[in-house]
Amino acid sequence: MKTPVMKAHTRSRQAILDALDSSPTTVPPLPELDVQQLTTFDDPLGQFIQSLAFVGGEAHVIDRPEKAYEILSGIPAFSNAKQIASVVPEAVQGNVDAASFEDPHALSGLDWTIARGEFMVAENGAIWVDGETLPHRVMIFIAQYLAIVVPRGQIVCNMHQAYERVGKVNAAFGIFVSGPSKTADIEQSLVLGAHGCRKLQVFIVGE
Amino acid sequence: MLPIVQHPEAARPFVTDENRSPWHDSALWFVRSKRDKQAASVPEWEYLRSVASGIKTHTIAHLPFYLREFEKNATARGAVVHWAKDAAEHNEIVLSILRANKTQRIVKSKSMLTEECGLNHFLEDNGIDVVDTDLGERIVQLRGETPSHIVLPAIHIKKEEVGETFHDHLGTDQGASDPQYLTEAARGHLRGKFLSGEIGITGVNFAIAETGGFVVCTNEGNADLGVSLPRVHIACMGMEKLIPRQRDLGVFTRLLARSATGQPITSYTSHFFGPRDENSELHIILVDNGRTKLRESDTFRSALHCIRCGACMNTCPVFRRSGGHSYRATVPGPIGSVLSPARDASQYKSLPYACSLCGSCTDVCPVKIPLHHQLLAWRGELVGKGLLPWSKRVSMKFASALFQHPRLFALSGRIGRTALRILPHWMTHNRLNTWTIARELPKPPRESFSQWYQRNRGGESKLDSRSDSGNPTMETRR
Ligand code: SF4
Repeated sequence: MKTPVMKAHTRSRQAILDALDSSPTTVPPLPELDVQQLTTFDDPLGQFIQSLAFVGGEAHVIDRPEKAYEILSGIPAFSNAKQIASVVPEAVQGNVDAASFEDPHALSGLDWTIARGEFMVAENGAIWVDGETLPHRVMIFIAQYLAIVVPRGQIVCNMHQAYERVGKVNAAFGIFVSGPSKTADIEQSLVLGAHGCRKLQVFIVGE
Repeated sequence: MLPIVQHPEAARPFVTDENRSPWHDSALWFVRSKRDKQAASVPEWEYLRSVASGIKTHTIAHLPFYLREFEKNATARGAVVHWAKDAAEHNEIVLSILRANKTQRIVKSKSMLTEECGLNHFLEDNGIDVVDTDLGERIVQLRGETPSHIVLPAIHIKKEEVGETFHDHLGTDQGASDPQYLTEAARGHLRGKFLSGEIGITGVNFAIAETGGFVVCTNEGNADLGVSLPRVHIACMGMEKLIPRQRDLGVFTRLLARSATGQPITSYTSHFFGPRDENSELHIILVDNGRTKLRESDTFRSALHCIRCGACMNTCPVFRRSGGHSYRATVPGPIGSVLSPARDASQYKSLPYACSLCGSCTDVCPVKIPLHHQLLAWRGELVGKGLLPWSKRVSMKFASALFQHPRLFALSGRIGRTALRILPHWMTHNRLNTWTIARELPKPPRESFSQWYQRNRGGESKLDSRSDSGNPTMETRR
């Protein structure tokens, strides 16, 4: 790894830690979660689809990955798209090879990114995307439209189970994506497509 | 010296604007209602709150341990961890990273900490072009204002006003006020900024000691886009943002967005562990800026639990009607009124009074900070420090004299009741009496409570009155 141009600035480090150390407080230990108390769902997939719709995403349950391409082709924003980058070639063959670029700025014209999701979270419609699957993490944010392909069996009920699944992350980056980019900063009116994707399509693949 | 903030004066223009105050009130109530729906949809909501509070209490108590852990693990993952004792040192560190990388252009996502440190001004004074990329923050930045709310920075601005601002700065159509159209214009404008930014600055929502990673939550994706293009990412965090373990994130990510805007989770919850690749840099700045001092106070320590969700502001009847700017503080509302006097008791002495003690903030706070108790405690401290405003000191003395002298109390009651009955409307409702600008006065009863008591219960012995106190209602007795 290249050493950063600027080294750590630690002039105040010792003073801060000394001040903190000098006023210890005693409290009960870290609470452990009682899993009995946490909501789970009898039909997590149904719940996921409902949650995703609530946050503005669209779910498609398909039996084979190629179906994703068929469905997308019916969407004008996809059939008219010029630049498509895909890391899920079994679903969609892209025409931009993101891995071939050194500089992420080269991806600024992306119309679509097809990303791979590791698993879904039923309670909130989020999908975990592992940074290692992306040649450039900016692909998730810079494309006008985003599709995520995720295996049907990979689903958890809540965020507690989700972080258990994530484990100790080894990638430099990972993200829960839930719905398209959105804002309500102008008089609380919800607008989809703030800076990131304008729409999110989720393809749930499997029998 | 900074000017002393008198909340009532600062709030006057907003409160007396007959359109804006109720409009602002209902906008925030809408957000609060969405929060209620989400909270109600999670059966274990109260349980999560108490766990979150327990985790925070533990972390703050063991802060030096977790800071060292975090530093060790983040460094092992290739991040550079800096320490800043105050705002000035924080700003200096940011500037020196920019200088070391010979850059002029930065893209910044929302961070209350950099706001607290006055980073934008500092950098601009040093010739750096700072672009806020959160839409609401960009709107206030273009208008030369500051955010009025920690989650909804532009909640005080009407869409027509955004239209004017964008017309002036981004060349949108004159008179345009459609949020969709305006957002699209901002998207185009900010794309250019993202692509030319050379360093990305973000705040931190949660930093995890166990992994050395941290989490940034946004709906717009601006933080994520802002740091995925440039080679250098600077993350600025208050020391209290730490949580011990990765799995603790399960609790906090469930509470944050639901409490903030009534969403089940933010659109993007990004987890950063180390720099992007071998050519990139990740700098994390740990900032004290008064947090150590706050941690020493048994009364106010739990204010460090705050995850900056803004729920206490959305629910606060004073905030909703007076607007965030009236607090003249980076963090307004209930939590701001606790934090600001801790920074400077004399400058912010009126803020603990910008509170009706209704307790609603305490009820919604996802990390269970006893906000209204702390605001009450502040009032006590301010009296002790001799910082009570003159008007309050005098009226308190007066009230105390009144309560100590029953005859005087009875007399003034009689005068008040009679006066209210016989005074003509113009005498009570005029410019001199600001209290009646938007209110009618109550119809006074003919007799006082003690007169009524004398008449109805006066003859009974104590024992009798106790024996019937429960059962017969007033109605049946009459
Ligand atoms: S004090 Fe509580 S309710 Fe207010 S912003 Fe902080 S966490 Fe949210």
